[in-house]
Amino acid sequence: MPGLPSLRERGSRGEANMFIVNYIKDIYKGIRSLLVGMRRTGYYFTHHKEIITQEYPDNRDTLKMADRFKGEVVMPHDENNEHRCTGCTACELACPNGTIKVVTKFDITPEGKKKKAIDKLVYHLELCTMCNLCIIACPSDAIVMAQTFEHSVFDRAQLTKILNNPGSKIMEGVE
Amino acid sequence: MWSLSYIANALHDWLYQTFSPTLALIIEMVIAGIAVIGLFAVLGLVLVIMERRVAAWMQIRLGPNRVGPFGLLQSLADTLKLLVKEGMTPSGSDKFLFNLAPYIAMMVAMLLMAPIAFAKDFQLWDLNIGVLYVSAVSSIMVISILMAGWASNNKYSLMGAMRSGAQIVSYELSAGLSVLVVVVLTGSLKISDIIQSQADGWWIFKGHVPVLVAFVIFIIAVTAETNRAPFDLAEAESELTAGFHTEYSGMKFALFFLAEYINVFIVCSIGAILFLGGWMPFHIGHWEGFNRVMDYIPSSIWFFGKTFFLIFVIMWFRWTFPRLRIDQLLNLEWKYLLPISMINILLATAIAIAGWHF
Ligand code: SF4
Ligand code: SF4
Repeated sequence: MPGLPSLRERGSRGEANMFIVNYIKDIYKGIRSLLVGMRRTGYYFTHHKEIITQEYPDNRDTLKMADRFKGEVVMPHDENNEHRCTGCTACELACPNGTIKVVTKFDITPEGKKKKAIDKLVYHLELCTMCNLCIIACPSDAIVMAQTFEHSVFDRAQLTKILNNPGSKIMEGVE
Repeated sequence: MWSLSYIANALHDWLYQTFSPTLALIIEMVIAGIAVIGLFAVLGLVLVIMERRVAAWMQIRLGPNRVGPFGLLQSLADTLKLLVKEGMTPSGSDKFLFNLAPYIAMMVAMLLMAPIAFAKDFQLWDLNIGVLYVSAVSSIMVISILMAGWASNNKYSLMGAMRSGAQIVSYELSAGLSVLVVVVLTGSLKISDIIQSQADGWWIFKGHVPVLVAFVIFIIAVTAETNRAPFDLAEAESELTAGFHTEYSGMKFALFFLAEYINVFIVCSIGAILFLGGWMPFHIGHWEGFNRVMDYIPSSIWFFGKTFFLIFVIMWFRWTFPRLRIDQLLNLEWKYLLPISMINILLATAIAIAGWHF
């Protein structure tokens, strides 16, 4: 047979021995790695404390989401109903799928000058992919990700939200 | 004493006193049939819930926990759902074969129940070639799978069926050879003889290394023969949607599903009978006191305990190991299991001839 060394060739016995050794090594290694896997699953099987399932509607009150969980974009307001949004539209530009629409207006400052401010910051939750780009783009940290997730509604229109509260205005000192 | 064999014998006597022998025999057969079907139903329900719970715990999940106490009625609810579903027959399929295949799968499972000893003196049919019968009948299973795959007129079904054909044909060899080890040591193919020969210790303890190796090979081979992960190439959800039963729905699907679990039960009970002594309590040599204590545990509990232990091991495999590729599968059989089991049976024969076993 071409390719296979004939038994009379020098060293063929050594090769045959090598083959047997490798064969047994293979079996040993295979069984070992299988047993390692079975040990792991066996450990999980007997240690029910490790279970990560959340029985969601039952533990709704105590449910704690992971820190990095992103549920929806919100605009925090302080107790005086003031937010930090300057209406710069950076978030609108950053959004890859047109989820945010910034509607601006011009306020008259006490000195009588015109100043740009937001009228409405429209946010389409149904379009949002929670990619976080708007949050990163915002220069004045006006918007953040909330951890809410119970977003289902019966009417799609309810998913279009206005992030600034009615009657709110910009915080002092945010430019 | 209230044992299964006592009940069976009492019933037998009563039937033969009340009716003519022919009628009594017919009634006995009907009762046996109903008992087997009842056992199937119970086994199906129990094994499905067991599998789902074991799977969940191994994957750090909770598993079914809503229907009934601890979710124990989940599989009953699933069965109800399957019962009310429509059993579709695809228009391009071979209708006769398509509808016949699930029944053949069930029939094979039923036939395999016959020689299994569930408890002391409690066996449907103690034929003198029990082990041969089991290995012969269990290979009919592949026909139902091939039939289902071919008749479905679906490429996934056909591929799954062909794979399962290759798989069962090759793994039957090493399963057969590992069974032979025990047959050689016992010197009998009769199930009751094999169990009786383990009265002073199960073969797995008495038979030294060869029986241990045979046991491991047997478990691997039967896992492959019942088409369960890591050898579930016939179904391979991720590649073949559902393999040979892609086109099946409703009760016809349920029959395949049930047959899988029944087969797992059967091969595990065969493993328990051959290697772990079947219904034989745990005896150590001639320690009379210890053996007497062990005898107090009913034989049926011993049998079901061992069988369920083996079923658990097979489930453990399923939820730990990834699926093999078809070439890896055949490599494992032809390059590893078969040569090893051949050497192994040689050793076992030497041990049996020299009488080195205990
Ligand atoms: S998270 Fe992404 S998709 Fe959603 S509003 Fe911000 S930028 Fe747009
Ligand atoms: S939310 Fe931030 S980025 Fe968007 S308009 Fe307001 S200040 Fe600019």
